[in-house]
This record gives sequence, C-alpha cells and structure tokens, in this order.
Amino acid sequence: MNIGTRKILDRSFTAVGIGSIIVMAVALMIVVVPIITNGIGAVFFTGTVEHRKMLFSEFKRGDSENLSSEVASSERYRAKVYQMLTGFEAELETMAPEQKAEYQAKYTQVRAALQALLGPLPGDPEPMLTRFKYGQTRWEKAEEKLHDLLYETRWDNSNPEVMAKEYFVSRAIGFQGTSLVKLFPYVKNNLESMLLPEFTCYWGFITDSSVDSHFFGGIWPEIQGTFFLAVGAMLFAFPLGVVAAVYFTEYARPGFLNSMLRSANSTLAGVPSIVFGMFGLAFFINTMKVSESKSVIAGALTLAIMILPTIIRAAEEAILAVPKTYREASLSLGSTKWNTIATVILPAALPGILTGGVISLGRAAGETAPIIFTAAVSVGSAIGLADVFSSPTPALSWNIYNLASEHEAAAQIRHVQYGMVLALVSIVLMLNLSAIVLRARISKKLKG
Amino acid sequence: MDARESSGNAPVQKATRDMYLPPERRKIADGGTAHISAREFSIYYGEFEAVKRVSADILSKYVTAIIGPSGCGKSTFLRAINRMNDLIPSCHTTGALLFDGQDIYGKFTDEVLLRKKVGMVFQKPNPFPKSIFDNIAYGPRLHGVNDKKKLMEIVERSLKKAAIWDEVCDRLDKNALGLSGGQQQRLCVARTLAVEPEVLLLDEPTSALDPKATAKIEDLIQELRGSYTIMIVTHNMQQASRVSDSTMFFYEGVLVEQASTAQLFTNPKDPMTEDYITGRFS
Repeated sequence: MNIGTRKILDRSFTAVGIGSIIVMAVALMIVVVPIITNGIGAVFFTGTVEHRKMLFSEFKRGDSENLSSEVASSERYRAKVYQMLTGFEAELETMAPEQKAEYQAKYTQVRAALQALLGPLPGDPEPMLTRFKYGQTRWEKAEEKLHDLLYETRWDNSNPEVMAKEYFVSRAIGFQGTSLVKLFPYVKNNLESMLLPEFTCYWGFITDSSVDSHFFGGIWPEIQGTFFLAVGAMLFAFPLGVVAAVYFTEYARPGFLNSMLRSANSTLAGVPSIVFGMFGLAFFINTMKVSESKSVIAGALTLAIMILPTIIRAAEEAILAVPKTYREASLSLGSTKWNTIATVILPAALPGILTGGVISLGRAAGETAPIIFTAAVSVGSAIGLADVFSSPTPALSWNIYNLASEHEAAAQIRHVQYGMVLALVSIVLMLNLSAIVLRARISKKLKG
Repeated sequence: MDARESSGNAPVQKATRDMYLPPERRKIADGGTAHISAREFSIYYGEFEAVKRVSADILSKYVTAIIGPSGCGKSTFLRAINRMNDLIPSCHTTGALLFDGQDIYGKFTDEVLLRKKVGMVFQKPNPFPKSIFDNIAYGPRLHGVNDKKKLMEIVERSLKKAAIWDEVCDRLDKNALGLSGGQQQRLCVARTLAVEPEVLLLDEPTSALDPKATAKIEDLIQELRGSYTIMIVTHNMQQASRVSDSTMFFYEGVLVEQASTAQLFTNPKDPMTEDYITGRFS
C-alpha cells in the first residue's frame, strides 16, 4: 500500500471517529435538553393564585394575609363571572323546553371548563378529590383551559380515507342572543386578574409528599424510596461482591467448579432485569418470606442480586490490576496471605472497586423491572427507616413509568413526570461524578 | 538419617524431607557455620528442572554472590530460600534446603515465620503506595508492634541502617512512590531490615538503578556485612567481586563452582567458570 492511500485511510478513520462522536453528542442533546427544560419546569414555573391557595391549605405554607388579599382581589373579578352564570341559569328557566335542553347541554360544558379553570363554582358541592378543589395552578395550563372554554373541539370525519381532523368552533357563537355571550370575552380579558399569575420557585417539589397521587405536591417519597432501595442493594451486594472477587482472584484453584462459577457470574450479568424481578418475587417474597408482600428489603435484595455480577467483575479487575510486586513485597516481610490481601491488595485496588460499586449504585437507582413485583407502589408517603422490612415504597423509576402510562390524569401532570426524570438523571449523574472524584482522590493518594 | 551422619561440607547421598543438621554438623573447615545448606536440591517448573541437584553451604554473616548467565536458575534458587516460588503453582522441589539446619520445604516449616527471618529485596524497587513511615512500619505492625513510640524507633533505626535516614527524615509521612529509584530500593532494604531478619536475599537489587544509586546500594551491603547473612544475585561480575566474600557460579541450573570470591575470580577451578568470568560467553 503506498503512502498516499495510507494517508487517505488514516484521515477517513479520523473523520469517521469525529463524525460518530458528533452524532452521539447530538443524540445526547436531543434526549437531555427536553429532560432538563421540562424537568426544571416542575420547580420553576408561573404559578397562579390557585397554586398559592393549594400550598396554604395542603402544606400550610405561605403568608395568610397576603393570600387573603390576593384571593379577595381575584374574587372581585370572579364575582362577575358567577353573576353571569346565575343570570343565564335564570334565563334558561324562561326558555321553551327543546331550546332549554339544547342550551343546557352546552351550558354544562361551559361550566365544566370554568370549573377546570377557576375551581369549584359557588353552589357546587365540596369535591371529593383534591385535584377538583382548586382551579389551574399553573399559568400555561390555565391558558390551555381558557382555549377549551372559548372553543369547542370537533372532529372532521368527512373524508374516511384520512384520520379525523380536529377543528375548533367558538362557543360564543352557540350562545348568540343570550346573556352568556358576554362571558367569553370577559373571561378572556380578565383571566390574569382572576388567576394572578406570578413567577414561582417551588422547591417543595423535591421535599414535599404528593397530594392526590402526584396531582399536587412533590416527589420526596420517590426520592427517598430510590435512595433506600439503591443503598440497601449496595449494603448487601458490595461486601458480598468484594469477598467473592477476593475468592476468585486469590483463593480459587483453577478447575471445573471455578470455571463454572465464573461463567455463571458472567451469565448472571446478562440476564434481563425483569427476570430478576420475577425471581425476587418468587424467591425472596414467596419462598424466603422476607416480608408479607412487597417491601423495601425484598426490592433491595433483588437489586443486590442484579448488581452483584457487575461488582464482582469490577472488583476482580481491580484486584488483578494490583502489581504482583506488592504481593511479593508483603509476603517477603512475613505476612500471611490474608494480611497481604487486607493491608496491601485491597487498599491498592480500592479505587477500581469503589468505581464499580458506585456505578452499580447508579444502576440500582435507575432500574424499574426488578422492583415492580418486589418493592414499588405508585402512590404512597415517605416511609420511615423502621418500615423498610415491612412496607413498599414509591420509587422514581417505577413512578416515571406509572405517570407515563398508567396514571389516569397523565396528560395533566406531565411536569411532575419530567421533574421525576430530571431528579433521577441528576441522582445517577451525581453518583457517577462522585465515583470519578473518589477514584481520582484515592489514586492521587496512592501515587503520592 | 544419612544426612546426620555425613559431614557438613560434603554432599550427602540421600537428602530426605525434614532432615535436620545440628550446628556442630554445619561447621565449615575454616571455622564458619553454614546458615543455609542445600543438599541435592532441585527445583522444577512443571517438568522442567530449573535448578539441578545443588549441594552447597552458605556461610553465616558473610556475603555470598550468585553469578551466571540469564536463565541459569540463580534467581530461582534465591527465591527458593524464602519460598517465594510458592507463588508459582507449578513449582515444586526435591532434595533438601536447610535453614539453620531445618528443611525449608519440610512439612513442619511455617513459611510466614521463615520469611520473617529471611528477608528479600527485589529486582525492581517495590515500595507500597503508602507513606515512608508506613512502609517501614508495615513488617513490625504485622508482627504485633503497635506502640507508636516503638514503631518510630524501629523506623529510625532501619532507615539509618539502610543509609537513607538523612534523605527522608523530614518527610516520613510522604508517599514512598515519590522517592527516586535508588532511594526506593534503599527504602525496601530498610523495610526488610525492620523485621530484623537473619538473612537478606538481594535479587539483582541494582539492575534497575543508575550507577550512582548502585554505588550507594553496594556501600550499604558493605555496611551490613557481618551483621546479616547476605545473598546477592547479580549480572555484574565487578559488583560480585566488589561486595562478596564467596561466589557461586550457576550454569543451566547446575552449580558449577563455589569458592571464595578472591579465588573464583583469580583462579577458577572449572574451565567453564573461567570462560564466563573472562567474558567468553554470557
């Protein structure tokens, strides 16, 4: 091959390398940017007076005098809306029956839209669910609801060849000639005065419990549950993994049993996590009966089994990477094998072992499948340390899935879901960062 | 039984495991005592016989050099004395290798106790990634010395014996890996001395060092002569002639000649030895 061809090949390899890195960076951006922007929206957003009302009555937070003056000023504008409603209700009574029925149906929709926007209207019974006790707490949601109030959504099915198209019809036209027609421009023009939006920084999202299955409030039970599960898994898996790695590298004699154990360990690392979940249910809960039903301890044990192979592998690599000369030096000074392992080999292998450990911790924090059957519930309050043996816990990974797919009001509370995603990503990222820092520190100490 | 009846210097016909030579049997003609004695001693790596039926006596408190071309089994022989070869799974031995009259490979020998008495310094300096103090104190701590003051005494004494105290006394808490190669090697000597061994095995201790550091190590060996039984494996014949009292020449696993250094280098008995020391092969 001549020099020219070699150069071209060399350059094209470089180009391919750079290209793939760029593609990866772009893919990462596409994933991470929405997570960050949407996730931050759970804490920083434009909140309405309804949000402050909710905070005050559900969490006893906020200044009551300030709040009551705000409520009073918003009620002044709302009063006119209520007045129009009662006016129209009186008008309904005077109509002919078929006309009344027609308007009644439309009016019910208007009322529902108003309830969603402003909360319960005067004369409504006290709602059972907390989510119906307040109007829109977030301004961008309020604007969506305003649109629902002003326009009726209809579907165009005229062409069966294509999917039905959505189109909007102004509700005001439907009420032409009645007193209610004035309601729509009034609400549109005075919505800001009725809801008093202002920039809100809701740190309680991280530290509060949720109210009405994540409709309001924060995600502390999930964060705490994730923490309990990951740390619990670590407590079991880390010592066990390091001991197993020491056995494999220092004590095991090469032979059939040893190679079987090693290949079993490698296979275990490749088992799908849902299988671990089923195993955890069958073994820890049904057979071992570590708890009556789902519990943190059962989940932690299942996660521990799942991360064990990774920890063993990382610890083995780290121990094998310790120079043979350390071992020789220690033994030549008259130390026993165990002493050599404890005082020379393990300290020198510590950075590698810890890195493997922390990365596994991150994985344990993020896994969903193993805890579905063993530890996770979709709604619950933060549990105490004493309850880990008996009670299940919400956890970020499972609740993200739950909010994305199973929650009945998923579309209403996307911001909570994104907030959870951001929290989980941050936790895992912080764990990995701390692993890097820890490793650098210990390596520096070892190198002098 | 045969071993007990034979004279110390002559090779015995049949070496058996767990043989014992009492001190009076280990007396050498010129009045010294054999500290380490090999009798028909062979070392195998699997099927390969790396050291072949060696019989020799190593005098107590003297410096013995082992020379020979690469792969002649001299390091293997040295490492057999404190059983470092145990780390190699395929390695096994026949014959007898006696330390203080006791078979090193006998079934009653505790290799941990043996290694405490027979210290070793390796080809490459291998301090632990710990502070200088902890490096020296490592051995004494293993053997149960925990008193801080006593440890400090031991550390100071060992570093002074290894002639490195002046260079490191103000930075005992610094990592030992920050020292230069020559300093690290002397630190390793000091670390070995800290457990108060009787024998010091040096496995090519200067091959990774520059001439200046080499000279320091050689001076150190001169300092320690008379206090310890020292065995040094070296490729450098000038070094062997400078530092040792007695020299052993190995060739392809066979001990070709053992004599006082002066005699071996000026008047070798075996033509092979002569060829080697005059540089006709290496």
